[in-house]
Parts: sequence; structure tokens; C-alpha cells
Amino acid sequence: MAEPSKTNEAGAVSEAEAVAAIDAPIQRGEPILQVRNLQKHFPLTQGILFKKQVGAVKAVDGVSFDLYQGETLGIVGESGCGKSTVAKLLMNLERATAGEVFYKGQDITKLSGRALKAVRRNIQMVFQDPYTSLNPRMTVGDIIGETFDIHPEVAPKGDRRRKVQELLDVVGLNPEYINRYPHQFSGGQRQRIGIARGLALNPEIIICDEPVSALDVSVQAQVVNLMEKLQDEFNLSYIFIAHDLSIVRHISDRVGVMYLGKMAEIGTDVQIYDHPTHPYTQALLSAVPVPDPEARANRERIILTGDVPSPANPPSGCRFRTRCWKAQDKCATEVPVLAVPERFRGLDTPAAHQSACHFAEEKDVVHAS
Amino acid sequence: MLLEVRDLHVEFHTRDGVAKAVNGVNYSVDAGETLAVLGESGSGKSVTAQAVMGILDMPPGKITGGEILFQGQDLLTLKEDERRKIRGAKMAMIFQDALSSLNPVLSVGDQLGEMFEVHRGMSRKDARARAVELMDRVRIPAAKERVGQYPHQFSGGMRQRIMIAMALALEPELIIADEPTTALDVTVQAQVMDLLAELQRELDMGLILITHDLGVVADVADKIAVMYAGKIVEQAPVHEIYKAPAHPYTRGLLDSIPRLDQKGQELYAIKGLPPNLLAIPSGCSFNPRCPLARDRCRVDVPPLYEVTESPVPRTSACHYWKECLHG
Repeated sequence: MAEPSKTNEAGAVSEAEAVAAIDAPIQRGEPILQVRNLQKHFPLTQGILFKKQVGAVKAVDGVSFDLYQGETLGIVGESGCGKSTVAKLLMNLERATAGEVFYKGQDITKLSGRALKAVRRNIQMVFQDPYTSLNPRMTVGDIIGETFDIHPEVAPKGDRRRKVQELLDVVGLNPEYINRYPHQFSGGQRQRIGIARGLALNPEIIICDEPVSALDVSVQAQVVNLMEKLQDEFNLSYIFIAHDLSIVRHISDRVGVMYLGKMAEIGTDVQIYDHPTHPYTQALLSAVPVPDPEARANRERIILTGDVPSPANPPSGCRFRTRCWKAQDKCATEVPVLAVPERFRGLDTPAAHQSACHFAEEKDVVHAS
Repeated sequence: MLLEVRDLHVEFHTRDGVAKAVNGVNYSVDAGETLAVLGESGSGKSVTAQAVMGILDMPPGKITGGEILFQGQDLLTLKEDERRKIRGAKMAMIFQDALSSLNPVLSVGDQLGEMFEVHRGMSRKDARARAVELMDRVRIPAAKERVGQYPHQFSGGMRQRIMIAMALALEPELIIADEPTTALDVTVQAQVMDLLAELQRELDMGLILITHDLGVVADVADKIAVMYAGKIVEQAPVHEIYKAPAHPYTRGLLDSIPRLDQKGQELYAIKGLPPNLLAIPSGCSFNPRCPLARDRCRVDVPPLYEVTESPVPRTSACHYWKECLHG
């Protein structure tokens, strides 16, 4: 794993140098994004006139991972685990409390101005709800074309209409619909518009936050297929955030499982789905209803008790210990690190992947296919 | 038979025209049985349920035909005050979004107790005691202490348990659950579905489970009715439908679930879009999206064909169901 370059120590590089680094091409298979110990704490305040901080919601609390050029990294987890906050931090829509996000060696959490703008051109986002993420009073042409107002270098003024029509064609919409409004489209078509907007600036990374969960089953498959096609065509890297485990498995090369602001386990799709070693991953996989009535009788389900604890006051040590059937005293005192567990280290087994559990072991679960 | 819906038709009169939401639905549920009604948004699955419960907004909705027989009695001929006695006491409903279905300014104890005060004429104090019992029953920890709390103080899973408690309060014979776990996380969904199944067994209730999730259906249902454009296109026992669907729409839904051996390949996708209810296609309403469609499908409305190979009744509304079943 290549370490991020140290050129930006103490903000020594000039803005122009940063922009040049960001615009430089990158090879397939190299890490394009390196996230190190990322944290986001939202302050909890009390008082009206004299606000004082009484605590913090630790939405993201030390997350590290790499994204390689051309791959899809799936991030799964339940609501409140911080997966959407990670997405916002990667876009620099939220300022990180601590930690770094290196994009081509530049720490984007510390960038501003022209350099940040250059980063945002290369990292785009597709949102969950196509009904609220498109402005109802703008035509499709304006929604997609607006990106060119902010980044005029991508498409010269006279060329924009043609460029928007091209994008509509790429995502499978009729280019003649350019003057229509969002309400004239169905949910699946609206998500295509959202994807076209994400593609407009020829980005290298697209962060997809639950891109298909608001869509009907029969339409989900169409959108997933489109996203895979576009990835091949434009050599995109995806971060695919979702709670539907079977879709994540289908589209992802690697998968990270988050729980309460931390990464519990990360590995290739086979490692995570077929050889999970973290108890939370095992419980999550076993809880997914399998679309096969024959499997009803002969599957072991791990039913977790209770709810996810509040991120304002997370349990000490391992955060999953309050719902874990394996928890022991050690789990309450020692925070497990995300690393290949000792017992699997150096072994050539799919179980040898990063898992943040003191007692990581394989368990056979009937999982989402 | 506990509940029998016969040839139900529901329309909505909108500014843009008449939307035919339900076009001749037939289904039935027996005591202790679970019927899953599967369909996408706009397929009419919730509207049918609302008509059964008698909570359809009329106008703009209008029931234009059919019968809803509950224990042999046609509910559509009853007066509103007679229906009110049945609603809640004999049949109850669980909604998708517990947060917006519960009253935010009343404590959960008051909302649960209200059932007993209104339907059973209990005193406030007795009703409160019953509310605590109910919360215990749906396994809310520290029920006694939490009975005075308000909905926002509970988590999503807990709120859905309170909805279930409310539905069960008067021990109804039929429960209609409309997407009861769609808003919940999978680990909580598993808890809630388990609880629902257990209580159903205990009380021998009929359950109509409305959902779009093929996984949940496979887990709990005895039989399935698949709805499309306000019609039931296929009805079958759960094991058979997953093995060999007899309608191209069902087949398409099953095929579009990502499977292990398809990794890296294109997913099967049903082409096109769900129909506009203001202008349902002629003939078979699925014909513009159907891979088996022929000229006949564009003219002839398919009746419910008896799929005879099965001992338990099984029907399909496709002219070419044999082709679909075998291929």
C-alpha cells in the first residue's frame, strides 16, 4: 500500500501545485483515495445565549480505507452508523473534525478555494432520493447544465446544450426531454437524471449514497446495470453506500461494514459475504431475508437484541459489545483495531482480512445470495 | 374463510381523470394463515387493504364494485357505525411509518389505553395497566417506566412494536400489515417479523402482509398474491411461486434479484416503467413490458387461468402461463 505523499505538510504546496496534482491522470489499480482515521463529531450544545458544548455525536469516529482506481467499494451498515456522513466528508460538504482524506496525495480536508473546486469536479455524488435532490422549478437541461456554470472549463458556453443532450443519451433518456421538468419523469428516470448530473464533469470518483433504495424493484436492476455500464465506459471509481446487501454484493469489488461510526470489517466481496469474521457482519448477513422459502427451515439466524446505542454516548471498548453474544471483559476495556486478526495472519485463507474484533472467527451463516 | 375479497374495484377521481387503482381483485385469508400481497408502488396493494379496513378516503376514492366478506358478512353493505365496531376489535392494521402513525403529543400509554377505553369501556387506570401488559407482550424493556413516554423517545424498532401492540390490543382475528418493516434496518426487521409471526401463531390470527420485498415474503408467507396495475396477476402457495412462477411479471421480479452466479454480469431487468393508472394499457396491462407478449395480449384481457398442476389452488393471469412456467 503506497503511503500518501508528504508534499502537503503544513500546507507547504501552493494552490497551483495542488490543482496540477489533482488534474494529473492516475493509473488503474492505484489508490485514488486514501482515507486515514477520519472523524466527524457534531457538537451537542446547551443554553440559548451562552452556548456551551455538553458533548458530541461521534457520527464518524476513526475510519480508514483506500479506494482504488476503477473499483467499486461498497459501504454497508444500519441507519446511524455514519455511512452517509463519510460520503459528505469525502466530498468536503462537511468539514472533518480530524483525520485525512488524500486524493492523489492532496489532503482534501484542508483544501479550499480553487484547489477544492478542482477536487469537487473530480469527485461527484449521486443522492438517494431522486424526488428531493432535483430542483422542481428547473428543467432537466438547467439541472445538468448548471454544473457547467460552476466549471465553465469543461464545456464552452455554446456547446452546453449539445453536451447535456449527449449526457441524457448516455444515461438512456431521450435527448429531446431536455426542456422537461423533474415531475414529468418517473422515479427511475429521475435517478438517471441525477446520474447524468454526476457524470457531467467527467469525474473520476462517484459517491453513490443509496442510489437505488427509493426505486421499485423492477427499476432498481435497470439503474444498477446502467451504473455498471458507465463504470466500464468512463473508468469510474465508485463508493457505493447502501443497506441492501445483495445489491452491494453484486456491484462491489470490496465491501466495508460500518457500525456506530467505525469500520467493523473490510475485505473483498467473497471475504465479507462468504467468510465474515466480525460478529456484527455475521448477524447482519444472517438477518437478511433470503428470497427462497426452502431456506426458511435450514438457516441459522442470529437475532440481535436491542437497538444500536446512541453515537453521543457509545459503549467503551468495542462498540458492538452491548449487542454481541461473544462479548467478554476485554471487549469493554480495549478498543479492537481494524487489522487482520492474529490467528489468520499470514495464512492463505479468505478469513485473513481486516476485522475489528478481539475474537474474530469464521461462522457459517446462510446469507443473502 | 375469515376474509374473502371478491372482484373489488376502486377508482380515484382526480383532476387529470379517473385513476383505476384496483380492477377486480380476489383474495382470501383463513385464520392462522399468512397471505403476502406483493407489488410495486401504484399496484393497488395498499388501496385494497384500505378498502378492507374501511379507511379509504372517499372522495376522491370510490369503491365501484365487488364484495368484502368478513366472516361471511359483506362489509360494504354495513353502516359506518357498524364498521367502526369491527375496525380495531376484529381487524386491525399496522402501518409502515410508525412515527407518523402515532400521535406525537400523547404518551404511548394513553394511545394504547385509548383502545380499551373506547372499545371496552374501561376506566383510565385499568386501561393503563392493560397498556403496560401489552408493551410487555411486544417485549419493550421496562414497560412500566416507559408507558408514560412519548413516541419520539422510542427508537424506530420500538415504535413499530408499539404499533403492533396497538393492533393486537383487542385481539383481532385479522391483521393487515402494510410494509411493517420497510422503514427498519435489517437486524431490527428480523426482530419485528419474528415477533409478529410468534404473536400470530399464539392468537391464531389471519395476517395480510403487504410488501415489495421478496425476501420477507419467502420468510413468512403461506401464499402470495402478486399485484400489477390493480390486478392480481398470479396467486400461489409460496413454495411453488419461487420454484416456478407462472406469470412473466413474477418471473421478472424474481430474476431481477442479484444472484451469486451473476456477479459481474448484467442484472436481468424488466424493461420499461410501471403503468400510468390513468391510462392502463389495453389487453393484458403488463404487455408493453412483457417478453412473451404477442398480438393477442394487446387485445384480449387474460382471465385468471387455473394452473392445474398443483393440488392447492393456483392461478395466473397470463395467456401463455404454460410457456412461462416451463421456461
